[in-house]
This record gives sequence, structure tokens and C-alpha cells, in this order.
Amino acid sequence: MSSETETQDARRPAAADGRKTGSDAWYSPAKRDRFILKQLVTKDFKLKYRRSALGVAWSVLNPLLMMIVLAIVFTNVMRGADDTIPNFPLYLILGNTAFQLMSDSTSQGMSSIIVAASLLKKVKINRYVFPVQKVLFAVVNYAFSMIAVALVMVFYQWTPTVFLLYFPLFLLLLTIFCIGLSLFLSAASVFFRDVMHLWSVVLTAWTYVTPLFYSVNILPDWMQKAEVFNPMYLYVLFVRRILLWRMAPGFTLIAQCTVCALVSLAIGYFVFHKNEHKFILYI
Amino acid sequence: MPLTSDNVGEKGSGLMRPDIPSADAETIVDVDDVSMVFNIASEQFNSLKEYFIALARHELKFKEFRALDHISFQVKRGEAFGLVGTNGSGKSTMLKIIAGVLEASEGSCSVKGTIAPLIELGAGFDMELTAKENIYLNGSLLGYRREFIDEHFQDIIDFAELQEFMDMPLKNYSSGMVARIAFSIATITEPDILIVDETLSVGDFLFQEKCERRIKELVDSDNVTVLLVSHSIELVERMCDRVCWIEKGKERMLGPTDEVCEAYKNLGR
Repeated sequence: MSSETETQDARRPAAADGRKTGSDAWYSPAKRDRFILKQLVTKDFKLKYRRSALGVAWSVLNPLLMMIVLAIVFTNVMRGADDTIPNFPLYLILGNTAFQLMSDSTSQGMSSIIVAASLLKKVKINRYVFPVQKVLFAVVNYAFSMIAVALVMVFYQWTPTVFLLYFPLFLLLLTIFCIGLSLFLSAASVFFRDVMHLWSVVLTAWTYVTPLFYSVNILPDWMQKAEVFNPMYLYVLFVRRILLWRMAPGFTLIAQCTVCALVSLAIGYFVFHKNEHKFILYI
Repeated sequence: MPLTSDNVGEKGSGLMRPDIPSADAETIVDVDDVSMVFNIASEQFNSLKEYFIALARHELKFKEFRALDHISFQVKRGEAFGLVGTNGSGKSTMLKIIAGVLEASEGSCSVKGTIAPLIELGAGFDMELTAKENIYLNGSLLGYRREFIDEHFQDIIDFAELQEFMDMPLKNYSSGMVARIAFSIATITEPDILIVDETLSVGDFLFQEKCERRIKELVDSDNVTVLLVSHSIELVERMCDRVCWIEKGKERMLGPTDEVCEAYKNLGR
């Protein structure tokens, strides 16, 4: 044990004044956050599946079961409404999983600062890691749900085309959009806890106004036009174009999704950064 | 080596104050005329409704509460500095400002180097995770390198004396056992500043003595500055070489331990 301590001491860079410091033990502030994010995501992941027999398989089963139920219910309802949907189950699961990513990450991210209160009162940690970590955790779950999507595609022999290469761009833009929203919501909920109740209502309403389990064509004309301002419609359309319709998303759609992501991030960052030093007084 | 208990001859009960650092020692904590003002009026709102009602009634006026009023002190490298004061006098607020989690309303507080706070029960830990997982989680939150935790994992367990419970969820631990792990993680390396709160009072007396010895080692190395906040005046007398007494947010006295503690103890008489 003594030799270990000595080597440790030997590796310590001598400070300018000749004193040894424990600097080999610490990350520089910039690198610190990455390790924290990783540890927190790992923690959430372990906790989510601890003591469940099927464990991580639930991340695959969940969207699959949801899709089956929705497909049974809505296939008849939607019959004849839109001939341009070539594969209704795939249409459902792509929309649902993408929306789930947004609703999971924002509802978890929203309360992340309040949940971390006892920690934030003691240790100086960059506060943004908590909402961002919740979004990253939702992305990990989304990655597992893509296994379900792959299973559906295999089942219907729906071979992906070269447009699959757009998928990372889609995921990146949606992730940025969610991070922005989570930053905003987590800051807002620190000051006004009602935001948490309000947001669950918003999420429910948002689920219905987004064409997840119906075709956009059945909406009245004015609503179809208004969907352009629904970011989730744009993101869902993006992923359906590349995987379901197997076409290029198109420049306009990419531009719209990028703008949504950047505007969300800018607002989220601004609100969060402007208020984060006051968090501790309210949590 | 520093983590074994048998290589320290001294008992925890004796005086264990560090040598007074030389006058040219580096200033690690510089608290310069710090005041902390809370707005009590605006802190009562937890809902939008309450906020708007108050707004409509023009009740959003500023009602201030001075938790700290022009506090100034400096702590040099290698010192053990104590903060004493009765309940609600502002000690914790002062500590939060030094730890960097709270921003002073007026004045400035500058801190050089790394800070290792003893994270209290339930804060940096997740009760559902095992002790092993928690060590990594807590280590990351303190800013340790992953490789560093890997290397010193055994040392951390050894010091906590919880070898056989490493794969048990923390919720099955007693509060004293959790405190052992917390202390063990925070002191595995030499931070520039070690913040010791009331945490120490949780463990049994054997572990408390062990912790005190470890703190003494850190202080004796002349690299670590210890900030101690405690209601236990004996602990402060035993460990600190200088003490600041804060009372109702005001700096009542600042000086060598014996003088300040004597005055503080006379408060109730």
C-alpha cells in the first residue's frame, strides 16, 4: 500500500511553488461533466430495470405492444382515409417512439433540478448536467426501441434504403430540440411547480394534435397548414420519410427541423443560464 | 498508507491542531466583506397562482433578510478553520458560499483549488444502488477521474471497513455505514479544501476517531485546508487553530481557537 501511495505522489506534478497537489485525482472542469453524465445515465439505466425479470427487453416490448394495440384499434378506423400510408404498423411505431423520446426526456428533465436539490446545495456541479442527462437517458431508451422498429421492418420485409443514413441527423436534431425544452422546463419548474402539472396536460394535448395514430390528411385544411408549426409533426414526418416512405427528407424539412432544434436550444439555454444562480434559493 | 488506522500513533482525543502556517502561506479561501441577503417576500411562491395574486395585490415588495452581514476572513493553506455560532446564525450559508453553490449578494469570496465536501446522507448517493456503484457515482460528482477511483477503490473500502457489503444496496445500510463511505470517498485524496459539516457525528465513536485522525493527517500534510462547522465545541477546540464566530449573521469574533471558544462558551451564561 505504501508503494502505491508513493507512485501516486510521484505522478503528481509539482506545483509552481514546489508543493505537491492532488491534481492527478481530479478531472479538469471541462472533462468532469462527461464522466458525471455517464455515471448518471448508467445509474438511471440500472435503476429502471433492476428487479424486473425481462429487464431491458421491456424497452423493446413496450413500443411493440403499444403498436399492436394501436394497429388493431386504428387500422379499421383509418381504412380508406389515406392510401399513401403503405405500412400502417410501421407508421404507428415510428411516430410513437419518436414522440415518446420527447415526452420522456422533457417530463424527466423538467423535475431533474428539483430532484437533485440536496446535491446542488452541497457540491458545485454544472447544473445543466441534470436535465441534459435525462434527455440522454431517453435517447438510450429510444435506441432500444429502435430494435422494436427493426423487428417490425423485418417482419414486413421492409428493407431500409440508403435514406437510412439520414437517421443520425434526425436523432441529433430531435435530441437538441429535447435538450432545449428540458433546460427551459427544468428552470421554469424550479420557480413555479405548477409547470409540472401543466406540462402533463400539454403533453397529452400534443399527442392528439400530432398525427401519430391518424393520417394528417383527415385533419381540416387549416389544421394541416398549422402542423408546420408543430415541431413534433416535423420530426415524426422526418423519420417516417426516411424509413417508411424511403425517400429523402427534403431540404425544406431538414431546415425546419434544424430551426426548431436551434430555437429550442437557444431559448432553453438562455432561460436556464440566466436563472441558474437563483435555483438554490428555491429548491 | 494514510488510510490505515494503525500507523497513526495519536489518539483522537488529544489536541490535534495543526501548526500555525507561516505568514507567507498561500491564501486559499478569501472571504471579503460578504453579505447574503434573502428576499423573504418572493420566496414564498411555489405556484403561478400565488405569484399572480401577489402581483395583483402589489405584494411583491422586497422584504429582506440578512443571513450574513459583512463577513470577512481569510484562510491559509494548511489551516484548520472553524465556524461556530448558534442555530440559524448563518454558518451553513457561509459554507455554501465557500463551496460555490450560493452566490454572495455583496462582497466577494474567492477560493483556490479543489473542494471536497462531505456530502450528507442521501445527497450524492442513490439508496437503490449498491455501495460499489455509489462510490463511482459519488466520485464522479466530486470530480474524480475514473482511473483514480479504479486505483483507489480498495483503499476506499478498506477505510470504510465495509468490504463484505460492497454489493448490497445502500438502502440496507445503516446511516453510520453510509457516512463511513461518504467520508472515505471525500478524503481518499488530498483536496485543497475539505469541508466538514455535521456529518462526522453520525458514525460510532471508533469511526469518529478514525475520521478525526484522517482529517488530522490531511491537515498535517500542510496542503489541505479544513473548514469545520460543528455544534460540538469540543471538536472545534480540538481540531481548529483559528475560529470565526458568526452570530445572527454578524461576525462576532475572529481569532485563535481558545479565545473565541472561551467567549462563545460564555454566551449561555
